[in-house]
Amino acid sequence: MNTSYTSREQVEVYRFSWGVAVGVPLLVLFLQGFIPVRVSALRILDLPLLVTIFFAISRRNPITGLGTGCLIGLAQDALTQHPIGVNGIAKTVVGFLASSLGVKIDVEQPGSRFLLIYVFYLLHQVIYFGIMRGLANEPLIWHWGHQLLGALLDSLIGVVLFMFLDRFKQRV
Amino acid sequence: MESFFARHKNATILAVVLMAQILGLATQIRRPTESGPVRLIRQWAVALVTPFGRGFVYSEQLARHAWHDYFYLRGVRHENVELREQIEHMRLDQIRIEQDAAQARRIQALLQFKEQYISKTVAAQVVGSSGSETSHIVYIDRGSNVGIESNMAVITPEGIVGKVLRVYPSTAQVLEITDQTSGVGATLVKSRLQGILKGQSTGNPNLAYIMADEKVESGEDVITSGGDRIFPKGLPIGKVASVSPGKDLFLNVRVTPSANLSRLEEVLVITQIVEKQVDTTGLGPIRAADILAQRLPSVPDKPAETTPKPAAGSAAQAPSPNSGAPTASTPGAAGTKPAASAKPSVPVPGSTGGKPVTPGANAAPKPGNAKPSVPVPDSTGGKPVAAGAAASKPVASPANGAPAKPKATQTPPAKSTVAKPATDGEDTP
Repeated sequence: MNTSYTSREQVEVYRFSWGVAVGVPLLVLFLQGFIPVRVSALRILDLPLLVTIFFAISRRNPITGLGTGCLIGLAQDALTQHPIGVNGIAKTVVGFLASSLGVKIDVEQPGSRFLLIYVFYLLHQVIYFGIMRGLANEPLIWHWGHQLLGALLDSLIGVVLFMFLDRFKQRV
Repeated sequence: MESFFARHKNATILAVVLMAQILGLATQIRRPTESGPVRLIRQWAVALVTPFGRGFVYSEQLARHAWHDYFYLRGVRHENVELREQIEHMRLDQIRIEQDAAQARRIQALLQFKEQYISKTVAAQVVGSSGSETSHIVYIDRGSNVGIESNMAVITPEGIVGKVLRVYPSTAQVLEITDQTSGVGATLVKSRLQGILKGQSTGNPNLAYIMADEKVESGEDVITSGGDRIFPKGLPIGKVASVSPGKDLFLNVRVTPSANLSRLEEVLVITQIVEKQVDTTGLGPIRAADILAQRLPSVPDKPAETTPKPAAGSAAQAPSPNSGAPTASTPGAAGTKPAASAKPSVPVPGSTGGKPVTPGANAAPKPGNAKPSVPVPDSTGGKPVAAGAAASKPVASPANGAPAKPKATQTPPAKSTVAKPATDGEDTP
């Protein structure tokens, strides 16, 4: 994979070892299932989404981004009783857009990362609710306060998580 | 065309991946129809194909209706009069049929009443969850290896947790009662109103289908009704947290689950429920007065002054006036001619708070309504009726189903076969 360039500035493209690329999503899927058993309120966190965004903006390749989001989302769906593909579709879109956006803007600063996660969390929820209500016919109720709070918490956790995951980046 | 895909390679791949997932979803999702659930993809396919045929049929019907409804109206007035008369007759029939149906339901309830007992449970540890806000699923560390099957009830000593959704060899997926797709038949203990406990996307579950004109108080206990055929009747669900007017003439009754679902560690899976039917053989026709006499609190009989009352041992050995009459140890013997103060010898809904009562067990009654276990000659038929013969109350523990010992003390030692006490709750699960 070559370093890609934007029109104005050079944008770093990173890759990850196989262990990280496979291990980190598996680890967060486990944590996502295990943590709410002990602390129910932490269901509001969506760690797989954060990892999807992180890999997407680091690799900066839309196809890889959507593929990562698709696989993580499908795995997440498999743990629920809902139809498989709801999270898959939502995270595919997020992965694609995040990697596309990662090429265009600076996503290395905590501030921009915070904003990015905040927006993508809400987008993810909109897609998720849209599919669940429109296709799966599940009567989910959208609570703005709850969603905005979730976006805020996920963004804060995401910024910290991204700083930790930055250690595993390997420059191409 | 080729250049188009080359230029929009990323977007094309995105569209393909999304389309694949949408099709995948459509093959899984089933929409309920009149003829049963149908896969969404079939509905889409049908929706794509059928509009043309529908349009043709619609226009044909339009023309036909125009002819029949506006032009060809010969004999309609006469037919209308006949139909009105027919409706009047049918209304009378309907009233009679409704009364018959109500009577049939009452008789059915009397003759086919079944009591459920928890017979076997498997303890399991909660090892994970779905991790999703919209999916209240937990995973337990027991599966089909120990006999767990889907749709089995999962409980804790505090209250019900949910039901088994999917089973794997060593794990199982449990759908909590707070999930939106969950539904549990529930009864309000005080008002005896029945509804369906449905999970909500946020917060506590809601007891649905309670009419707005009913009175429900906060703090009222909610138990399982047994109507869902998953949870046995009488298990605690929770307490009413709040009551507010809902939509569509129903109350919005929020229920706080008794079990701490946000911190589950150990649960019990009910792997076997024994269903016992009331033995009504030999009872003959049941009168409403008999049922009321069984359900109402009993009053101790006055000692019979005119009837010679033999001693316990001798009376038990005394020959029966009618050799063909049922003995006191026969289940339902007391029910043939129920004495005024006889306790119910069969499980009666609501009378024992869901605790099973052993039919025909010969343990002693409670002190309050203690009855002699000797046969008292019936004044009408001369048949001996053991007044307190069926008054024992072995209580089955909901957790393990082990029958408890009868509450009261044993009757005076009766040597005869007539008043021989049965073994402790042998016939209870």
